[in-house]
Amino acid sequence: MVRFAEVGLRYGGPGDGPGAGPEVLRGVSFTLTPGSFHWLLGPSGAGKSSLLRLMHLAVRPSRGEVEVLGTRLSTARRAALPALRRRIGVVYQDFRLLPHLSIFDNVAQPLRVAGRAERQVRADVTEILRWVGLVGKADAAPAALSGGEQQRVAIARAVVIRPALLVADEPTGNLDVAQARRVMSLLQQMHRLGTTVVVATHAETLVAEYPAPALRLAEGRLVSHG
Amino acid sequence: MRLRRTRGRDPLGLRRVLSDRLLPALAASMALLAALALAGARGAADLAARWEGGAATALTVQMPHGARADRALAALAAMPEVGEARLADQARLAALLRPWLGEAPAIPLPSVIELRLARLPPDPAALAQRIAQAVPGATVEAHGVWVARLLALARSLQAVALAALLLVAGIATAVVTVAVRAGIAARRNAIDILHELGATDGDIAGRFARRVALLVGLGALGGTLAAAPVLAGFADLAAPLLGGAAAMRVQDLPWARLPWAELALLPPAAAAIGWLTAQVTLRLWLRRLP
Ligand SMILES: Nc1ncnc2c1ncn2[C@@H]1O[C@H](COP(=O)(O)OP(=O)(O)OP(=O)(O)O)[C@@H](O)[C@H]1O
Ligand SMILES: [Mg+2]
Repeated sequence: MVRFAEVGLRYGGPGDGPGAGPEVLRGVSFTLTPGSFHWLLGPSGAGKSSLLRLMHLAVRPSRGEVEVLGTRLSTARRAALPALRRRIGVVYQDFRLLPHLSIFDNVAQPLRVAGRAERQVRADVTEILRWVGLVGKADAAPAALSGGEQQRVAIARAVVIRPALLVADEPTGNLDVAQARRVMSLLQQMHRLGTTVVVATHAETLVAEYPAPALRLAEGRLVSHG
Repeated sequence: MRLRRTRGRDPLGLRRVLSDRLLPALAASMALLAALALAGARGAADLAARWEGGAATALTVQMPHGARADRALAALAAMPEVGEARLADQARLAALLRPWLGEAPAIPLPSVIELRLARLPPDPAALAQRIAQAVPGATVEAHGVWVARLLALARSLQAVALAALLLVAGIATAVVTVAVRAGIAARRNAIDILHELGATDGDIAGRFARRVALLVGLGALGGTLAAAPVLAGFADLAAPLLGGAAAMRVQDLPWARLPWAELALLPPAAAAIGWLTAQVTLRLWLRRLP
């Protein structure tokens, strides 16, 4: 479950956190039920990535309450957040793969952070890489992959721990239509497995192809939900 | 491009940014300095211990034959520099002189007065002169004053060596801090990603700390081993001062005299400084992340 109540966000604080800059999100309130699939729509600069950042605990709100998977951020201790982050899968707009690690190790990272046994890591990573069609590239460096392949690695890393919440920021931004459909079917599969999924995009054709409830942002405000 | 699988050992790529060259080399040179300081402190302590006995009696006054010792004692005790004046024990004197005079000396032994000084005189020769005037015909021996001076010097050398040791530890902390900060800057992105994947501060700080402790510990071990022959050489130079003889061959150097216990502590101490400094630096830095 994800709940936002009168959330405001300013950048410019230490480490990109809440600070004194202009408010990029203003009075945002909504609730996502567990296991739902939502589009997050809006023009460039509307605050989609910022809203997702709040959802996966990369920033804290400047005001209002954010509740993620039953934890209220306003009262949560900082030490409680790592465990919560491990239940959230994130596909970043710019992938954020570790360039010095192989594809295998990149995808394995969430499992290792969670302290899983190496035998299980190997099995799970191999399975996920097969799922996204990249077993053959397991030992390649991220830089040696095409944009679409890197996108699929990012998705594999996001879902390998079977998160309760999956947020994807423009996961089809760099892809041709066929690749985009493939990525969408992966995300839909996760949704069908019971994961709460939020996908930010400005590709309206894709939204038309996969109809689902949508959060619409404009200039930092939520203009429609549903 | 293909990459080897890491089995999760080094997700931050620290082998690259905390390389096995610079930090160990710095740690080695600092351990070398620390070893020199340690040996200096130990050597000064040894010399001080040896001289302490000699310095207890600063001056000896040998009375002319037939002179009244009690008058001389009273005159000497009245001098402001003199802390204590007492007659040397005749039996002890006889024992001291036995090699030259035999079991039953034919000549009567001179009376000798031993003086402890309240404080070291600025000019021992002048004091000796004034004593000779106070006790006519007496011979004054002032070598004890010089021994006391050397003792004070050895004591301050010991203090300086310990201060140098502290200074080296401080510099080591600063060096590790700089290296760790550079490592953070180089891996800022990877740290962010690991943090967002749910790694705890302890997790990330621990990776840096273990790497730094390993590098610094190994470097310090190398530096300490390199210092050992140098120290043995010094100990050899000091041997005659401590009542020994200089060695002619390497294996005859006074290896046993090196402060091995303290030296053995250097690498673990260096590793501990590295570990702790990295932990503190990382944890302070990580607090800026949400
Ligand atoms: N780290 C940051 N520091 C300061 N300002 C930021 C930061 N990230 C985003 N912003 C600002 O916040 C506003 C919203 O940005 P955001 O990235 O959330 O938009 P978006 O809807 O994701 O846009 P796009 O569709 O182009 O990805 C923008 O005005 C942007 O300049
Ligand atoms: Mg964005």
